[in-house]
Amino acid sequence: MSALIGYKKPAAGTQPNYLHPPYQSSIKRAPGKPLVLVPQTLSEITGPLFGHELIGPTDNDLTKQHDGEPIGERIILSGRVLDENGRPVPRTLIEVWQANSTGRYRHALDQHDAPLDPNFTGYGRTVTDDEGRYRFVSIKPGAYPWRNHHNAWRPQHIHFSLFGPSFMTRLVTQMYFPGDPLLPLDPIFNCVTDQRARDSMISTFDLETTIPEFALGYRWDIVLRGRDATPMEKQ
Amino acid sequence: MALVPTASQTVGPYLHLGLTALTRADIAKDASKGEKIVISGRVFDGEGQPVPDALLEFWQANADGKYAHPDDLQDKPLDGGFLGFGRVPTDKDGGFRFATVKPGAVPGPGNSLQAPHIVVCVFMRGMLRHLYTRIYFSDEAGNADDPVLGLIEDAARRPTLVAQRQGGKAEYHWDIHMQGQKETVFFDC
Ligand SMILES: [Fe+3]
Repeated sequence: MSALIGYKKPAAGTQPNYLHPPYQSSIKRAPGKPLVLVPQTLSEITGPLFGHELIGPTDNDLTKQHDGEPIGERIILSGRVLDENGRPVPRTLIEVWQANSTGRYRHALDQHDAPLDPNFTGYGRTVTDDEGRYRFVSIKPGAYPWRNHHNAWRPQHIHFSLFGPSFMTRLVTQMYFPGDPLLPLDPIFNCVTDQRARDSMISTFDLETTIPEFALGYRWDIVLRGRDATPMEKQ
Repeated sequence: MALVPTASQTVGPYLHLGLTALTRADIAKDASKGEKIVISGRVFDGEGQPVPDALLEFWQANADGKYAHPDDLQDKPLDGGFLGFGRVPTDKDGGFRFATVKPGAVPGPGNSLQAPHIVVCVFMRGMLRHLYTRIYFSDEAGNADDPVLGLIEDAARRPTLVAQRQGGKAEYHWDIHMQGQKETVFFDC
């Protein structure tokens, strides 16, 4: 068989530890024992690939999924999916979910006393193009309270889920907005020690993609694990 | 150019809003070949309480041991629409059920052969980052020589990855324990 090329390990401090006591739910849910180091085999370096066939016409426009227009500040959210080596990740599925402009999720378990918006679901998906680009239209999500500690509020954020070319590149993360005063107070955002890793989750305001009389543009590039330069071992 | 990989964040409590559109709880129907099996079990936290807001993803080869992916260069047949990907959220009791076909053996490091297995990716509220583990099958003799199971130094922990066949039926039981005596082995890969 030919040599398999694995995926790089993330650099120290760039990914959260499982146990992060300021995030209280991690205490009973983080593994208690060290992870067991194993090589990447054919089973790990392969993974599911989804294409445009999944995507419906309003899937990447969260403001067009109902008869009426959702309330809130319209945003255009675009960027590229890259790997650590700077190469675009083409034709990969992105799923997003978010609260509405009042900070309320359309979810049975969300008890926050803020109004639902009949014209907003808060779910979208798209597939990157050949250059790794994606684009969503949505409304800016509101901040919302949670019970982690006294007066705890999540900064405004959008949840992102990506596959990339392998099961090893799987990523679920959250995108934040620049200048949010809640960011320094949020134990989830602050779960990584490396400043660059925290910055990697914050979008930037972008006049270029802002549409006059319609919506503010935000840009955010997502970086997935990249391939090792050399084969790890012969298979 | 070396970029910093984007940091992982938890799926949070409202994961279903974003992740259930792609639920794949029965992928056996996509395959023409192989034994149709069901794997079910529950997910438990460090206090032994069920985890009702977890999501499991499964990735496996088809019955011939071929992955539907361009990096699998083996000279083996693909199986129609069998992609080999499953996704199931846990229910209010922490339970899940996944119907599939039993995967074939695939090559491992060196000239080794891996026993049939499914790679599992675990997400839940409370976890800032997903975890990888594997499901093996109690009726496979190859488990004893499996190169990945063999790397688990504490042999007493290896059975945490082995789904138990229920009587003669093609139904397997496999639980996930996040902590404690029965803690599931999770991988750094
Ligand atoms: Fe959220």
